Amino acid sequence: MSAPHSLSAWIEGVGLIAPGMPDWAAGAAVLTGRAPFQNAPSVLPAPLLLPPAERRRASRVVRVALASGLAALEHAGIEATTVPAIFSASTADGHNCHALCETLASDDHRVSPTRFHNSLHNTPAGYWSIATGAMCASQSLCAYDGSFSAGLLEALVQAITSQTPTLLVAYDAEYPEPLFAVRPIPDAAGIGLVLSPVQTPRSLARIAIALTDTPPDPLAEPTLDTLRTAIPALRGLPLLGLLAAGGPGCVALEYLAPLSLSVSLDPC
Amino acid sequence: MTPLHLARHTVVTCVGDGLAPLRAALRTGTGGLTPCRFDGVALDTWIGEVAGLDGTALPAALADYDCRNNRLARRGLESDGFDATVRAAIARHGVRRVGVILGTSTSGILATETAYRQRDPLSGALPASFIYRGTHNTYSLAAFVRDWFGLEGPAGVVSTACSSSAKVHAAAARMIHAGLIDAAIVGGVDSLCLTTLHGFASLELTSPEPCRPYDAARKGISIGEAAAFALLERPPASLDADAVLLLGCGESSDAYHMSSPHPEGRGARQAMEAALADAGLTADDIDYINLHGTATPNNDAAEGCAVAALFGTRVPGSSTKGITGHTLGAAGALEASVCALALAEGFLPGSVNTRTLDPGIPIDYLLSTREAPLRHAMSNSFGFGGSNCSLVFGRAG
Repeated sequence: MSAPHSLSAWIEGVGLIAPGMPDWAAGAAVLTGRAPFQNAPSVLPAPLLLPPAERRRASRVVRVALASGLAALEHAGIEATTVPAIFSASTADGHNCHALCETLASDDHRVSPTRFHNSLHNTPAGYWSIATGAMCASQSLCAYDGSFSAGLLEALVQAITSQTPTLLVAYDAEYPEPLFAVRPIPDAAGIGLVLSPVQTPRSLARIAIALTDTPPDPLAEPTLDTLRTAIPALRGLPLLGLLAAGGPGCVALEYLAPLSLSVSLDPC
Repeated sequence: MTPLHLARHTVVTCVGDGLAPLRAALRTGTGGLTPCRFDGVALDTWIGEVAGLDGTALPAALADYDCRNNRLARRGLESDGFDATVRAAIARHGVRRVGVILGTSTSGILATETAYRQRDPLSGALPASFIYRGTHNTYSLAAFVRDWFGLEGPAGVVSTACSSSAKVHAAAARMIHAGLIDAAIVGGVDSLCLTTLHGFASLELTSPEPCRPYDAARKGISIGEAAAFALLERPPASLDADAVLLLGCGESSDAYHMSSPHPEGRGARQAMEAALADAGLTADDIDYINLHGTATPNNDAAEGCAVAALFGTRVPGSSTKGITGHTLGAAGALEASVCALALAEGFLPGSVNTRTLDPGIPIDYLLSTREAPLRHAMSNSFGFGGSNCSLVFGRAG
């Protein structure tokens, strides 16, 4: 076997939407212990870039994905049209899936065309390109509870191989019952990260990633760690905690057992 | 990109298990579509159904993955010596250095559809036998294949509708070039289910007759199911002349509509141009295009427009969906296999069921199969959400 291989880039922008953490500024305060964590439902902004009809119909996964991605790009000061976007989630739209399965289990199997195209795993990526006009490559990944790390790995690899900034949007949202009982994700959440292959004046930190056997690190605050393990996209919170703390450091993120993702940050 | 060797590939489609029945169908121009009788679905359409999946079981240790999609995956892994080739590659590279990057759009959603018909009448709960993680979840396909081989390396599922298993080639190539892995199992598995049959019917995109790609009177798609796998590796020092290499990948987004292509195939053209650039080739270097060619009026017109703009009438092309149906998330990998067969054996596959060409699409569309030496082939895959991917393959010699 080869020696552990490290890949690196620079973090240019962050977006966060999570229960009790409506944006990155609030999340950074909570993750560093400067503000107490107060659990509250995630606030999902309406996707203003979409045409009015699509905006009204936009589901919770589309809202959380678009908002966390756009927040990261705004933080980085980069236009969406030039940036390959990597979407990663453990599920598609759970409410839409439930409605489709109910219809298909009924005597009348006729489904609505909108329900059908909204059932796709890449629906948020499709709406992203329609909303932003971005015609560059986008990706839609799934790796169950390892989806954050799978997306981070792909975003970093794309940044390095294409030598352009890339956007990671890791997001998830809940299923209603009865699927909630077998996949109990409590709320929607999303993390957006802009990665650049070169350091820029806006770079926040250098990020280096390697595959490791080290088990995933929990968050020190138990209520926050509960959130990390409850919503797959928030498996990335330890990385955000490190970034918010501002010093150099290393954490292991959950990926695909027995592999974890070792993430080292060096602030700029 | 640096070329990668398609060290082994295999398919399972409605014409049978393995490459041999697909090769025979391509050579003789015969299809495997049948009237839809799937699971009591009363739709006036034709489908490409793989026989015998109800009788295909999974090993006891992998029982949590049991669903139609993973049964179809197993059939693929056991065709054409694919399993043995992968195990030999794992022995060479190690369990951490062989990645699993697969595409699916359906995953095992059929298991959930079935479970919803068996909900507890009082509580509404799903039956205890339903295992979400191993069946419905989009990652279940890659998890199953990773566990089948006892792999411990990077893995993931690309789910971008009908471009899914084309895009896995690009994602795996990036991982190999970045040094994370030495080889990758790529491919796609998509299986028949009520969601896609009734969903495409709701969009009035399913054909009441076997699909007729690029025909002037085309009436829509015939939904199919398939498993298609390939092992991608860095090329060895010497290769046989008929070995096939992945030379380039191009990806783009339409930024236009969720379920309709851009009318002039704007994103499709961008993906084809990007694939040519990635391969370091020009349009004139391509000898055959396996078109996406779903046989819906809009899709073929849009793709035809982009192909005509880029290749004119200089490059022969065809859609092979008249044989297999549109296998959705498996189509990219299945049609990569069609290109690999055409390159290795020197023939241009004709389009099955297409009778009268559309005079509005000025490309060199192949109605019948003919022998021809070819060096480079392109495969197009375009999906809902405006997700486009083109791949370029070539012979080693």
